[in-house]
Amino acid sequence: MSQPSLSTSGLTIRFGGHTAVNDVTVDFRPGELTVIVGPNGAGKTTFFNMISGQLLPTAGTVLKDGIDITRMAPSARAKHGIGRAFQLTNLFPRLSVLENIRLAVQAQSGDGWRFFTRVGRLTELTARAERYLEATRLEAVAHREAALLPHGDQRKLEVALLMAMEPDIYMFDEPTAGMSLDHAPDVLELIAGIKADRSKTVLLVEHKMDVVRALADRIIVLHNGELLADGPPAEVMASQIVRDVYLGHAGAAA
Amino acid sequence: MKKGTLTVKAAALVIWALLLFAPFLFQDVRQIEVAARIAVFIVLVASYDLLIGYTGIVSFAHTMFFGVGAYGVAIALKHMGAGWGPVLLGTAGGVVVTALLAVAIGLLSLRVKAIFFAMITLAAASVVLVLASQLSGITGGEDGMTYKVPELFKPATKLFTDEAGKVVRLWGVQMNGKLAAYYFVFVIAAVLFWAMLRIVGSPLGTVLKAIRENEGRAEGIGYRVVAYRTAVFVIAAVTAALAGSAYALWLKYTGPETVLSFGIMIDILLMVVIGGMGTMWGAVIGATALVMAQYYLRDLMEVAAGATAELPLLPELLNPERWLLWLGIIFILLVYFFPAGIAGTIIDKGDRKAGA
Repeated sequence: MSQPSLSTSGLTIRFGGHTAVNDVTVDFRPGELTVIVGPNGAGKTTFFNMISGQLLPTAGTVLKDGIDITRMAPSARAKHGIGRAFQLTNLFPRLSVLENIRLAVQAQSGDGWRFFTRVGRLTELTARAERYLEATRLEAVAHREAALLPHGDQRKLEVALLMAMEPDIYMFDEPTAGMSLDHAPDVLELIAGIKADRSKTVLLVEHKMDVVRALADRIIVLHNGELLADGPPAEVMASQIVRDVYLGHAGAAA
Repeated sequence: MKKGTLTVKAAALVIWALLLFAPFLFQDVRQIEVAARIAVFIVLVASYDLLIGYTGIVSFAHTMFFGVGAYGVAIALKHMGAGWGPVLLGTAGGVVVTALLAVAIGLLSLRVKAIFFAMITLAAASVVLVLASQLSGITGGEDGMTYKVPELFKPATKLFTDEAGKVVRLWGVQMNGKLAAYYFVFVIAAVLFWAMLRIVGSPLGTVLKAIRENEGRAEGIGYRVVAYRTAVFVIAAVTAALAGSAYALWLKYTGPETVLSFGIMIDILLMVVIGGMGTMWGAVIGATALVMAQYYLRDLMEVAAGATAELPLLPELLNPERWLLWLGIIFILLVYFFPAGIAGTIIDKGDRKAGA
């Protein structure tokens, strides 16, 4: 088995008396797409926040390729290859679609401190941004303000931003939330494409069972902040304890 | 092409052209005074726009940096005598002190919430104002100080002389030191403004806008927000200090009222709001509009009061004594009809029409 690209050990966070995530130890490997499931309030997004740096854990560590990133700022983690998309659309609303993507490209290339070159002159940056624009089929709206896009396109832009960061670890938090049925497949196709590149590690928080079945190599279940189950999809979905706390009624609803 | 942006740029360029030819177009001491003040305030407002309009940083310390730059030159000239050495030394001193202050304030407090940052800058500016007023041995205290400027900028200096040794006139304008001083201020203002245009059009400028739009996501895709904020705070502060140094050379007088007072800070805020935040070109329009209003509204009202002398009530209302009331009314109307500032609103409306 390959070395884990990302691992958490004993990851715990408390808010006052409430333990939102409790002692989660888990490894993620390149080429593997792990879906994290669990009822609302299970700590999925909090778990994500500790990996991407929006929250610092009370205890435990996060390692990326063996490097301890537990206390790093989000920007430093991004440089170490952690890329995160958010559950609620989280873009640069008054900038154009192209500018949004170019920002991610230029963060990755380290051109953010150039203060005297006109952006338009950096054709290399623009060309790279346009590649992601094409990959996500957003060419037609390249010069539209992000805030003015329909919701489905905003979700796609969210994915484009993440792809443009060229991370090793892709973290998606309900990427199809609020999308209409005809738009969701576009985003799922993009994620499947990322998964097909066997060098990337993909983490996905998702509720929709059809999405989970289509994409997951592995499922982990969080419940009340604790790791309840971890294994291949068929095995996890079949286990009685998981059915009882979560998959039972979610499965019935789907 | 984007019609709104084009209109605003054209208007701003017309203003710059008028400033360029101001000594020839307006041959009057007061008018040149106004032109120089507009040039200096364009830089001051544009550099403030880098903070408030582009990055979303609210600071009340902008006059402090302007003042440090001015006092640097003033103190050097006062205590070392006229000459280019003191000018350079004073400017460099002002810039170094400004940069250190900006780095200190930035690193210590740009992590905190915007409102606390604004309070900290307000406190720092108050401290500097008090220091400048109290340390009268160095700064001249409340009275400020007058000093001699390098030979080149003295009104009696003849730039070009004819055979008789008299100063040459070009289209009726004397080629004297006053003219040299004006163009010195103009060139510095123009270069600084151009440099800021380059910054907002650069990759760094895009990062600043990203921080304004969504700080968390900017950090998330890999930009160290505190570092970028501190950097732009230092850039804006040093630019304001350089504007202050130029203004000190022009006025030949530096005091708390002319370069440090909170009245100036309010002027800058008004200019940036009237011009339009986050537009850069709006600084040109805002600074021009407010300086012109401050200098000429009273004259205009005097004419209006005279013209309406026969009518009831109107001459009373138009009495030049009441110019501040009218200035206030004009502001309210401007904010009402141009909610994004003059430049901002024209760009929004014009571009939307063209884009749709």
